[in-house]
Amino acid sequence: MGKDKIKISKDLEDIMPVEYRELVADATYGKENRGWKDIGSAKELIEEHSLCAGCPESIAFRYVLASLPNPEDTVMVGSTGCTSLVFPHVAVHNIHSLFGNQNAVASGLKRALKVRFPEKEKDVVVLAGDGATVDIGLDMTLQSWFRQEKFTTICFDNELYANTGGQESGLTQKGFVMKMAPQGKKFNKVRMPEIARESGCAYVAILTVSKPNLVERVLKNAILIARTIGPTYVQIYTPCILEIGKQSMEGLQEMRDSEGPADRFAFREFITDEAKAFLAELDAKKKLAAAAAKIGTAVPAGVK
Amino acid sequence: MGGNNLIGTLNKKGQKFVQPEYMFFEAPRQEFFLTGSEVVKEAIRRASVDISVAYPITPQSEASALIGELWTEGYVGDYFRGENEFAVMGECAGAAFGGARVFTTTSGPGTLRAFENFPMWAGSRLPIMINVMVRGVNSPLNIQPDTLEMAFLLDTGMLIWHAETAQELFDMLLKGFIVAEQPDVHLPIAVCIDGFFVSHTKEMVSLTGADICIPHYDPYRSPVPCMDMETPPVRMMRDPFVMKSNYISYATHASWQQEIKAAIERSRKYSLRYLGGSLIEEENTDADILIVSSGTAVAQGREAIRLLNEEGIKVGLVKIKTIRPFPTEEIRRATKNAKLIFVPEFNVAGWMAREIKSVIDRNDRVIAGPHVAGGMTLPPEVIVEEIKKQIHLRKKELVHG
Repeated sequence: MGKDKIKISKDLEDIMPVEYRELVADATYGKENRGWKDIGSAKELIEEHSLCAGCPESIAFRYVLASLPNPEDTVMVGSTGCTSLVFPHVAVHNIHSLFGNQNAVASGLKRALKVRFPEKEKDVVVLAGDGATVDIGLDMTLQSWFRQEKFTTICFDNELYANTGGQESGLTQKGFVMKMAPQGKKFNKVRMPEIARESGCAYVAILTVSKPNLVERVLKNAILIARTIGPTYVQIYTPCILEIGKQSMEGLQEMRDSEGPADRFAFREFITDEAKAFLAELDAKKKLAAAAAKIGTAVPAGVK
Repeated sequence: MGGNNLIGTLNKKGQKFVQPEYMFFEAPRQEFFLTGSEVVKEAIRRASVDISVAYPITPQSEASALIGELWTEGYVGDYFRGENEFAVMGECAGAAFGGARVFTTTSGPGTLRAFENFPMWAGSRLPIMINVMVRGVNSPLNIQPDTLEMAFLLDTGMLIWHAETAQELFDMLLKGFIVAEQPDVHLPIAVCIDGFFVSHTKEMVSLTGADICIPHYDPYRSPVPCMDMETPPVRMMRDPFVMKSNYISYATHASWQQEIKAAIERSRKYSLRYLGGSLIEEENTDADILIVSSGTAVAQGREAIRLLNEEGIKVGLVKIKTIRPFPTEEIRRATKNAKLIFVPEFNVAGWMAREIKSVIDRNDRVIAGPHVAGGMTLPPEVIVEEIKKQIHLRKKELVHG
């Protein structure tokens, strides 16, 4: 279906904002195998952002958007915090409702889209910070997983409340001195990936955004599994360079320094057998399609 | 999906989609002996509801469980039990953002638990319907009828209607969807009833046939984009998200809020059309003494008036049907000649008396009472006693006494 919905009437083209004209010209809606390499040319992938210079969240946001398998039929739900400053720049429908209710909103949204469009794949993707996901919204995060709601939850983990000025969150490391933790945090970083696995997520991954290929693979897995099998959770380290005293150019190194084999953001994946089988089936279909493309036959349905 | 193009066709349950006006004013009706909760089920059966989210809290638990039965029967698109009222109202919001007609119910502590959602619903222009079966709020723990929570709802930007009886509840539920969903209104609506008094008592209710229903909600008549990626995305979220410290940002937020207030005002013409031509009901408003209230306090007022009439004391009655929009002009006109205005209420604050005082002149005529709280009943004799007491105090001013 691609760009059908965003076409401009010929008569109105010259008075449409240049932003929108470029969206129609350059959006990757409907493009097979869109991915992080489209960043820079694809209109929907945030040309500018309102975060701090060098904020790793900005590149994480772009990778996430570029990795959506189905952007023309994806609706995103955010929450309050630094992430909510970016969403106005995103060319997919996105909802900001309240601080912490993002998984509740996504539950209702996904079900409504299922009722209204039973034959269509409409993806719902939650993207919120650690405060929204693990503290104020934990109840709703977990309950959506218990209920097996079919959407992906992405947590941008910067290990603190950044937008309010650097307060302790549940994902702050133990011992860190922060606002509201003047004697250092008294308890461990909440083990959210393990909690997600035990709460019924079919797929869980924890990573940084130092490797775009990995981010893309994880996100596509998470969204496709959520569509078919059940809830999925992706936790991404997006350090707040401002609050940990780094320079604008040091975000990438900070992520690399946190993902060694023994570090807290060492790449880990949990995947249920059912989800594994599903991914294997997808792979097989892709190979078939590639082979078919080589000899010039039609691509089987359901590959995108 | 939505709208009037389906009129005359059948839904999957074999119900015929009919024009709302036909259902409200012309369709044949039959009498049934039902509780308020059962009436909620019957209204929703005819309301083409897409999503309903439930959570147990007395006294609305039975009604929300009955909606589950409707879903099982195939009359509701989807239904589930949420985890708490804050989450439930978020789930309702998500469904409405996605273009669904949404219905839920709550009571007292649940209303307060959910509270942050209500102005968000209004600000997001989500025409969700919530049936509020009012109940006392803690502490102490109390399950009894008390209208205090309605005072908290007054400035959320929602439409607020108050049904006196199960019959009125049936009609207001169906009419409420149609009014709330108008493009120039498009706001959430709370249809309130007094818990237990209406939800758990049986009365004769006149229902339209179960073989007809109102048309589906059409999300593309909304004044804001439906969040389903079926219309072009715009560089704006559904809330006017301009978090900057400058005049333009403040003006954006201020004008958005003013627009919600204006939308409440614009709902008047539809409420008038569907609620019998007036937002109030009047009886003998030429009397020196009036009882003015809403909900079951009005029913008790009627009984008090009967008792007073037996003693030769003439008292008139004004029943307020919509709290938001507030029937300011109607109340001014109806109370113009009254010397004493009594406002019986089921809450400790006497908020309805405050509302009335705020819109009429010579508001020292308003007696904030009698009001009871915490689930106490309000026997007509109590109202009679209060009126007689005030007559005695003001003997010189009044015709009767």
